[in-house]
Parts: sequence; C-alpha cells; structure tokens
Amino acid sequence: MAFIPDKVAEPVSARNDDDIESLVNRRYKHGFITDIASDSLPPGLDEDVVRAISLRKKEPLFMLEWRLKAYRHWLTMQEPEWAHVHYPKINYRDISYFSAPKSDEDRPKSLDEVDPKLLETYDKLGIPLHERARLAGVAVDAVFDSVSVATTFKEKLADAGVIFCSFSDAVQNHPELVRKYLGTVVPYRDNFFATLNSAVFSDGSFVYVPKGVRCPMELSTYFRINAANTGQFERTLIIAEEGSHVSYLEGCTAPMRDENQLHAAVVELVALKDAEIKYSTVQNWYPGDENGRGGIYNFVTKRGDCRGDNSKISWTQVETGSAITWKYPSCILRGANSVGEFYSVAVANNMQQADTGTKMIHIGRNSRSTIVSKGISAGRAQNAYRGLVRVMPQAENARNHTQCDSLLLGKDCGAHTFPYVEVRNPTAKVEHEATTSKISADQLFYCRQRGISEEDAVNMIVNGFCKEVFRELPMEFAVEAQNLLNVSLEGAVG
Amino acid sequence: MLEIKNLKARIGDTEILTGLTLTVKPGEVHAIMGPNGSGKSTLALVVAGHEDYVVTEGSVTYMGEDLLGLDPEERARIGVFLGFQYPVEIAGVNNAYLLKAALNAKRRAQGEPEVDAFEFLKLAREKMKLLDMDQALLNRGVNEGFSGGEKKRNEILQMAVLEPRLAILDETDSGLDIDALKAVAKGVNSLRDAERAIVLVTHYQRLLDYVEPDYVHVLSGGRIVRSGDKSLAHMLEEKGYDWVREAASA
Repeated sequence: MAFIPDKVAEPVSARNDDDIESLVNRRYKHGFITDIASDSLPPGLDEDVVRAISLRKKEPLFMLEWRLKAYRHWLTMQEPEWAHVHYPKINYRDISYFSAPKSDEDRPKSLDEVDPKLLETYDKLGIPLHERARLAGVAVDAVFDSVSVATTFKEKLADAGVIFCSFSDAVQNHPELVRKYLGTVVPYRDNFFATLNSAVFSDGSFVYVPKGVRCPMELSTYFRINAANTGQFERTLIIAEEGSHVSYLEGCTAPMRDENQLHAAVVELVALKDAEIKYSTVQNWYPGDENGRGGIYNFVTKRGDCRGDNSKISWTQVETGSAITWKYPSCILRGANSVGEFYSVAVANNMQQADTGTKMIHIGRNSRSTIVSKGISAGRAQNAYRGLVRVMPQAENARNHTQCDSLLLGKDCGAHTFPYVEVRNPTAKVEHEATTSKISADQLFYCRQRGISEEDAVNMIVNGFCKEVFRELPMEFAVEAQNLLNVSLEGAVG
Repeated sequence: MLEIKNLKARIGDTEILTGLTLTVKPGEVHAIMGPNGSGKSTLALVVAGHEDYVVTEGSVTYMGEDLLGLDPEERARIGVFLGFQYPVEIAGVNNAYLLKAALNAKRRAQGEPEVDAFEFLKLAREKMKLLDMDQALLNRGVNEGFSGGEKKRNEILQMAVLEPRLAILDETDSGLDIDALKAVAKGVNSLRDAERAIVLVTHYQRLLDYVEPDYVHVLSGGRIVRSGDKSLAHMLEEKGYDWVREAASA
C-alpha cells in the first residue's frame, strides 16, 4: 500500500553545542549601577592613603599602627601564583581604596532616613530590606560600598548582650575587643591579599556574642560593590564567647561593570570553649560577560579558630559569582573535641575560574572535621577544589571525612581536585572520596519525555547534586541559593 | 489518534526506519514485535522526539497535530508517554519530586491547577498500591539503585500518574520475573479505556498473555511487514521471525 506523504517533515537535527552556548549566554540579572555620588579617595596606594583611611574613620592610634605595619609588610610580598587561575596583572596603584555614599556625614537612624535610591537598589536585587528584616526576623547590617547605611534590630540584640555593628562602629565603641581579637586568626602577615586588606580595609561587620548567649536571630549582611574602580576590602570579625551560639549569613550581588573589580576580604571567627559559629555565604558577584570581561576578582581569606574545647565552626558557602574566586574558608581545630565543617557549592560558568576549598588544621585531640565540596562547571569555566587536611602530632584521634564531587555541564569546562593531606599522628583517620559526573543527554531526554523542560530538568539535577550542602543553609537562604543556582546555570546544558 | 505515514529515520548514517506506516485509534492496544535491530525502539524514540534520530521522510500526526514539529516535552504534555527500555538513573533527584514536576508541567500546559504535595502523595500512593510497589521508592533518587523490576514498575507508576492518551511501552516486560510481569500487566490493563491507546513494543509473546492486544505488527528492516490479531503473536512464537522475513520477501 503506497501513498504519497502530504508533506515531508523537516529533518529533526540533533541538538548541537551551539544551542548549549546560546543557552549559557544569559546576561547578568543584577547588572545596573546606582547613581549615588561617591565620596572617594583618588586612586593610588602609599602610606598617606593608609593614613587618610584611618583618619577619615577617626580610628584610634593602635589601628593606624596596625594598618601601617601591614602596609609595610605588604610591600615585601609577592602576589601568589600557585592557584589554578589566570588573570592580567593587577595594578594596585590604579585602585581607589576608599569610597562611601555621600550621605555618610549624616547616618540614617532608621530606614525612613535611608536614601530612597539605595532602597530602590535593594528592591531591584529582590532584597526588600525592611520587608525581609521585619518578616523574617533577620537583623540586617547592609554594607553599601564601604560604609554601613542601615542597621536594624539593634535593640533586640542589645537586650541579649549581642554586639552586631559595622567594623568602624566597633573600633569606635568597643576598641578593647577589636584590639584583643583583630588579627589573631588571620595575622596581618598572613598572605598577600589578607595583608593588603589589613592595611586598607574600609569596613565590614563585627559580632560579639557574650558567654552563654544564644543569639536570638540569624545575623545577616548584604554586601554590594558599587562605585567604579574601587577595591572592596571588607573585614569581618566574629567572636563567640564560652558556650555561646551564633549563625551569620552573608550574601552579595554586584552591578555590571567593565573594569575588573578587586575584592580582598578577610573574615576572622573566634569560637571559645563550647561555642558554635555557623557562617553561611551566598556569593553572586558579577562574573563578567561571556568572554570573561569585567567580572569581580574575589581573593578572600576566611578562617575560623576553634580556640576552646568542644567548640564548633561551620562554613557553608554557595559561590556562583565572580570572574575569579580564590577562597579557602578554613578551621583551626585547636580545642579538644572541636569540630570544623565545610559545605560548599561552587559554580563556574562561561569564563569563570574558581579555585576554592578549605583547610582543616587539627591540633586538639579528638578534633573532627567534615568537608563536603560540590563543584559545578559549565561553559568554558575551570573549577578547582583545593583542600588541605593537616593533623598535627598532638591531635590524638583526629578524624576527617572529605567528599569532593564535581559535575560537568557541557564539553568545554574543567574540574580539578587538589587534595593535600598531611598526617603526623598515627591515630588519625582521614578519608577522602571524590566523584566526577556529567549530566547526560539520556537524563535530560528522560525528564523532557515526562514533560519537564530542559532547563527545569537541569535545575532539578543540579539541585539534587547540591542537596547535602543546601541542607546546611538556614531555610530562607536555602531557597535563595537554589534560585541563584538556577539563574546562574540557566540553560547551561543542551 | 496516531498516524504514522511512510516514516523514514536515521541515526548518523544508518537508516533505521525505512518507510513505516501505522495507524492507532483510541481504545486500541497494539503490539509491535520483531527481531533485534528491526527498529522497534527507534520507532518509540522517534515518536517521543529523541534528537539523535533524524526524520528524513514521512509524517507522524497525533490527534491531528504534526508531532515532529514539537519538542519532546511538548509531546509529553499533550499526552504522549514513553515507557523506557532502560530507565535512566538520576542520582540525587527525588523520585516523587520528578513525578510531581512532570504532572504539574502537564497540568499547567492544559490550563489545570497544579496539585500540591499532599494531593500528589495521595494520588501516587494509590497508584503504587495497584502496582504492588514499595512506597519507599517514592523517596529514593530517580531509579537510583532500583532493581530491573523496580525500574520497570516505576515507569508504569509514572504512566499511571500522568494518564497519557498514548502510551508506548518499550520492552517494559524484558527482564521481569513472573510476579513483576503480572504487576506491570495489571497496571497496564487498569489504564485501558476507550480514550487511551497503548503500544507495546516487545520481543516475546509472554506479556501478551496478560495484556491482550487488538493488533499485532511485525517489524523487520525498519518497516511493518505483517499485521494481524493476537494469533500472529502465537505464530511468531512457534515459527520464529525467519518465517516473517521469508513471508515478507516472498
């Protein structure tokens, strides 16, 4: 039985990599610049600039001396080159080291007094500050450029005796605490970027939780890089006294920019006996365009010191932004029975480069650490996990478990794992597991045949891959992180 | 419901379907049989929209619509279901989550309200009971660590929840022990109704003992060489496929 087909169907061609490319090429959603005049220092770096920063912030002498020691030491240092990242040489003299919103002279007492332009910015970012603060019961210390402009829920925290303020305020109002703890976890000589930060840091957050106090709310700071060509040098210090507990959330987005913006932050955590600090980050800085132009360089030193027995520090991070990420949140497990945790999702898309991981330094006996790292690479991105587990001779019965998984989307990206293990005590147990997988065409077809779009299928698989880490995030942050991941990888597989 | 006319399709340089014609009406159950490499799975995948296969000629219409112009997910949402021969594992993605997403994708496309987690679980549990399935499978990763039988039952569960108009089951019977086969057959039979068409792709007569087909087609060399009623399946079982090949070339 022959018949003539009424029409010849167009050949249904196999999806090729061009489609992948086009799907990957999503513009940065939060790319815009707020038009607020910045009161900035001219570009350049010398001792006078360091002095000017300290002067503008009306700092006590010990701070200026500390900054100058750092600056002089920095002059003797070389920029590190061991990381699996490549970028043009940074000229540190082209950077402006201080910028503050104009309204700095007259700091707002409440949100009503905040520059409406600024609130608009938060709105665009989907961070309705007041809403969020009121509904979710989260205290927000918003860092806009370098100076905090809104601090909420101060009273409730004050009732509990918790100090949560900008770093500058802490220097003014609690100099004894700053002096006692600043640089005790990350010394000013620590590394090139941390030393630079020590010399020129502009502001950041300060948290002090007194003995036995459980902080009554999640503490949250939204960072945002704004003024052009301004290096962002945040400094955060969190101190948890004996038997206290605090959970700190840090999240960031940045406007679209052509110049590469250097970001070299330092975060120091101190957990005393029986204290616990949970530090969660969702990082979404501008990653650059499809060709890697204009993204943020993120060279961060984050370190926690489990100084007391039975103390615990837990890092959870979801890293989707930045052109270059160089970041190793670490734990020094000094106390007996102290616990360090590192849960990380690092996404690298397009031309992004990430070299991230953790260091767990076991000193106390029975100290334990857990590392769960999930790396996702798409486009032409390179994603490296670099981790160090060091067990010192005195760390009897130290335990570490490391799980390091990589997921590849597309064929032009790379995943690399550099685990370093140094064990100097025979009773230690150190485990390392690693996997690398790809989202297969079969998996996508299976989902699509069930009516689920390709993008939703990718999101579903990626979220499944990251589940162990998302579980560690505070609830509302977990939802945000999931959405962010979906946006970051929109159409990363074809 | 499904009209396939002179369908030619290839993968790479190999032509697999060489002019296949098949008409399936609502309420009918068709069995497609044939030796290895005759194009049975290709037919199923082309109807579902697998992009590795290039259609070079012919047409596939479904309820009057040109199926070849639609993406796989669009086909699924208008009621085309493929039970996979080798259901893929998706580690970390919850089985219930995928199925709920699938159901809601379809409901959205049809302008119906989405079901919430509570309604969904109620529905899924009901269907699982019918299939003698372990409820714990809902909370595992999609097909992750499932036995062969569990994977096939999971396919039938998805079919039962999604209630497609046209279900193509690609060797859903292969690798099943007799209990699993009966459970799968029970699931398939429970979905038989006047509005729904089912196409069973199978190697063996065995499944057809439990799911009685209205038509049996024999595929050879990428086209249907013989069609008949269920007695054709019995003859195949007796005489083997050589008999069909000879009959076809005669």
